[in-house]
Amino acid sequence: MAIAVLVVGERVAGESPDVTFELLGRGRELADALSGELAVVVVNDLDEGAQFGIADVLYVVDGMDSASYSAPQWEAAIGAVIQRVSPQVVLVSTGTVGIDLAGALATKFNAPLASYVIDVTAQGDKLVVTSQLYGGKLLSEGEIDAFPAFVSVLPGSLPVEKGRAQGSPRVEHIDAGDQLRLSKGRGTELREPDTSGVDITSAALLVSVGRGIGSKENLELVAELAEAMKAPLSASRPVIDQGWLPKPHQVGKSGKKVKPTVYLAFGISGAPEHLEGMRSAETIIACNTDPSAPIFEVAHYGTTLDLFDLVPELTDIVGG
Amino acid sequence: MPVGGNKQAPVITELEEAIVVSPLSGREWDVSGATSRMLESRVLTDYGSAGFARIAALEGGESLEYCYGCGKCVPVCPVDLVSEYGPRKIHRRVQTGLDLFRSDELWMCTTCGNCLRVCPKQVNMIEVMPAVREVAMADGTIPEELQQVMEKTFRYGNALGENPRRRHAWTKGADVEVRVLANDPRPVDVLFYVEDYWSYHPRGQQAAQAFARILTSLDVDFAILGSEEKTLGDSQRLAGEKGLFESLMEQVVEVLSKYQFNRIVTPDPHGFNALRKIYPKYGHDYEAMHYSQLLASMIDRIEFQGTLDAKVTFHDPCYLGRHNGEYEAPRKLLEAIPGVELLEMGRCRENSYCCGGGGGGMWLDGFNSNHASERLSERRVREAAETGADILAVACPYEVSRFEDAAKSTGNEHLRVMDIAEMLDIAMRAQDWRI
Amino acid sequence: MHIVVAMRQLADLVEELEVNGDGTDIDRDFVKFVSNEWDEAALEEALTIKDESAASVTVVALDEPDVDQTLYAALAKGADRAVKLTGHDPSAWVRTRERAQRIASFLAHEEFDLVLTGVQAADDLDGQLAGILGSTLDIPHAAVVVGVELTGSSLRVAQELGGGLVGVSELELPAVLGVQAARQAPRYASITRIRQAMQTQKIEEQEVSLEVTTPQVTVRRLYPPEKQGGATMLTGSAKDVATEIVNILRSKGLV
Repeated sequence: MAIAVLVVGERVAGESPDVTFELLGRGRELADALSGELAVVVVNDLDEGAQFGIADVLYVVDGMDSASYSAPQWEAAIGAVIQRVSPQVVLVSTGTVGIDLAGALATKFNAPLASYVIDVTAQGDKLVVTSQLYGGKLLSEGEIDAFPAFVSVLPGSLPVEKGRAQGSPRVEHIDAGDQLRLSKGRGTELREPDTSGVDITSAALLVSVGRGIGSKENLELVAELAEAMKAPLSASRPVIDQGWLPKPHQVGKSGKKVKPTVYLAFGISGAPEHLEGMRSAETIIACNTDPSAPIFEVAHYGTTLDLFDLVPELTDIVGG
Repeated sequence: MPVGGNKQAPVITELEEAIVVSPLSGREWDVSGATSRMLESRVLTDYGSAGFARIAALEGGESLEYCYGCGKCVPVCPVDLVSEYGPRKIHRRVQTGLDLFRSDELWMCTTCGNCLRVCPKQVNMIEVMPAVREVAMADGTIPEELQQVMEKTFRYGNALGENPRRRHAWTKGADVEVRVLANDPRPVDVLFYVEDYWSYHPRGQQAAQAFARILTSLDVDFAILGSEEKTLGDSQRLAGEKGLFESLMEQVVEVLSKYQFNRIVTPDPHGFNALRKIYPKYGHDYEAMHYSQLLASMIDRIEFQGTLDAKVTFHDPCYLGRHNGEYEAPRKLLEAIPGVELLEMGRCRENSYCCGGGGGGMWLDGFNSNHASERLSERRVREAAETGADILAVACPYEVSRFEDAAKSTGNEHLRVMDIAEMLDIAMRAQDWRI
Repeated sequence: MHIVVAMRQLADLVEELEVNGDGTDIDRDFVKFVSNEWDEAALEEALTIKDESAASVTVVALDEPDVDQTLYAALAKGADRAVKLTGHDPSAWVRTRERAQRIASFLAHEEFDLVLTGVQAADDLDGQLAGILGSTLDIPHAAVVVGVELTGSSLRVAQELGGGLVGVSELELPAVLGVQAARQAPRYASITRIRQAMQTQKIEEQEVSLEVTTPQVTVRRLYPPEKQGGATMLTGSAKDVATEIVNILRSKGLV
């Protein structure tokens, strides 16, 4: 049977990320609808703990340096596998590895690519994809009728459990040595997350702040509240990128995933990358002056008060 | 008077060996090495003039070095009272090597103008500060919160970064028809230039609605520009963004050229200042009025249905009073409201204490909080509360939000902050108003 | 060292986006266009490299609404040259693949060592520019770049790999990078400077004609997500809301 769906296992170090199992779960359904097999490809050494049982085939690319990450090397390796197995659909994530691979390989194979996908189904001989555009303000429903097709899925959009089903796929080793030797890049090191100082992942209460704070100077206001609440201060991407808070404070896709009892979000609009990092908090309380901010979709309690009005009142009650 | 950085280089004549001879006795004293050994005249400065020269080279920067340190500005500078900034301090520190272009003090002056009022040497910080700030901004040295306001103003035409298409959203709550010139371009008497904070700030919108009702009840033929309006940008200019001010002015003038009107009436003393003093320098002359002036001119026609029984104190906005000499119109309006008892604060009229919002201060609260022992608005609210007033009446759109916040933070929640337009509207409409 | 920064205009997300008549694109007549914020980070990184070494910086963008503003601002900040590519409908949605081909067609006649662009844009349904451009030009590329180090002819980049993990790798030049964050926040170009740039500098225009079509997702409809109405909205004064929030925290024993 031909390979209908190829899932790219995006593990660089540690455990396989959840999104790989989200892709496998949905990949199974697509492969069945397209009457073909589901395959998963992993590079570097195999993640021993991972169960890829739901797949029919497991491709392992040999010869990669497992102590580092290199976009050209991954592109060469995954490209070689696609070349060899000719899948109809390639599933990746809209995360760093997926962003490195999808556009480049779709271009190489002159294939269509859908990004920021939160839902994908097979309907007849077409794929129907729903994507989140404009920072989550609009959804796009699109169709793809040319194959192979690349689908890049936003992490956290699909159920993950199904993809962890037990089973025993046949394993094939692929030597991409020729391609790897030609690639114009190589990894040098992996830097582990900075775990010194603040640990926002273990706190029961997080006071989190986003772009709405406006400036580093204003951050003091929320820092005072955090201090009064004896909670760590965390932040969304823009606050970190501006250098207003150091990296270990970042919540989101490229920061930490947090799961506090209560997550207090001030001036955070709720970009998909941020929601990915905090949506599993038990209770989310969001303050944002824009009533249509996506954060209110996931929050349990919300207010459109100005954070500059609300925060001092909170500090007053808690501190006083 | 030293002018333009061309101060004479210091000449110091010290005698290595000094012998003083008495003309009477012929006796000699050897005073070499003693403190009084410098027996010839010298310029009393040990400091170079380079710091002043760089500032004096800027248009508007000339006067800083005129300062002779008399200290008259010290008690009247609102910022000096709460922080390390003050005109005299700035002069002294530039003299001793401060690089004003890169110092935090550069952003602390609110351009309130009280120092110039008392300065015998005409050191004009209202021109010095914007000139130096303009250079600092061109070098990219600008507090982050201010940078964002400038970018928003450039992008959206308002300091709040609000959607330009929602500029007249406030009219929905006015309960009277408000004509937008783009939809109905017939000539109009009064062009109501709403400005940013009455357009977008919730408390400002309430004042705008009150003012629209007052104009309607007085049968004033008025209209607004709606989404075509952009801020006049006077505070952005004083914060150092002359280019932004000029860019806004070009757009404003182009929009205004499309319509016929007799006069522009605005609630914002900063915009009023721009139209009255700055636009003419660029050849754009409009008859501009502050809304208090328009209403004061019609005071005899205002009919009050009810009373507003309250003790009221009034805060003179710097750019209405000190900068443009209007002290009477707001008071005339307040005194006309039945039931109002007007109490003056110690610092009022020419010596009014700045709310902290001018010259970019409106957008530097976070920055300034790291440099000042308290906010200017807090100090001012305390002064207002000391009069025993129930209401702090204001006539500048910056102030309602500044003072309401300060009333809370200083424990003076009982002090209501109201725009004069809101107070007139209440008394005219005979609402039962109780404190 | 010659660095090209590929910038672009994007619908301003501050505004509410309306969908056009046939429901397949935003209504471009009623939206304000601003520069893509990640491209601003790419520009900042390029200018920082220029500050440190003798690099020259060229900014290139497709003709899109208000793109001149973005290009003049880039010149005011210190870019050496700004190029506007024409030959397409400036008021239409240019999909990423076509954008990449247009920029590649410009780069074909350029000497360059490094192309920097933003890691993503809010409408790039067809994938992110850096990888597509790299593949089109057949040169190495990397995305989600948070660190760039150029020493002589070697390039080291740091990429965020999720969960705080950072991958450092070396790429051969020329290369394309999708920048997530520059070393510092984008610098300020005062309006005075931008206006000076408008008077003293020119934006070069280059026409690009393309005949190539690429397979892409056909958009059937664009629509706002249904409100899940998850959040219970707290109303009242700041004090009321603060009290309610503290009550929630107290009920969970957190304060």
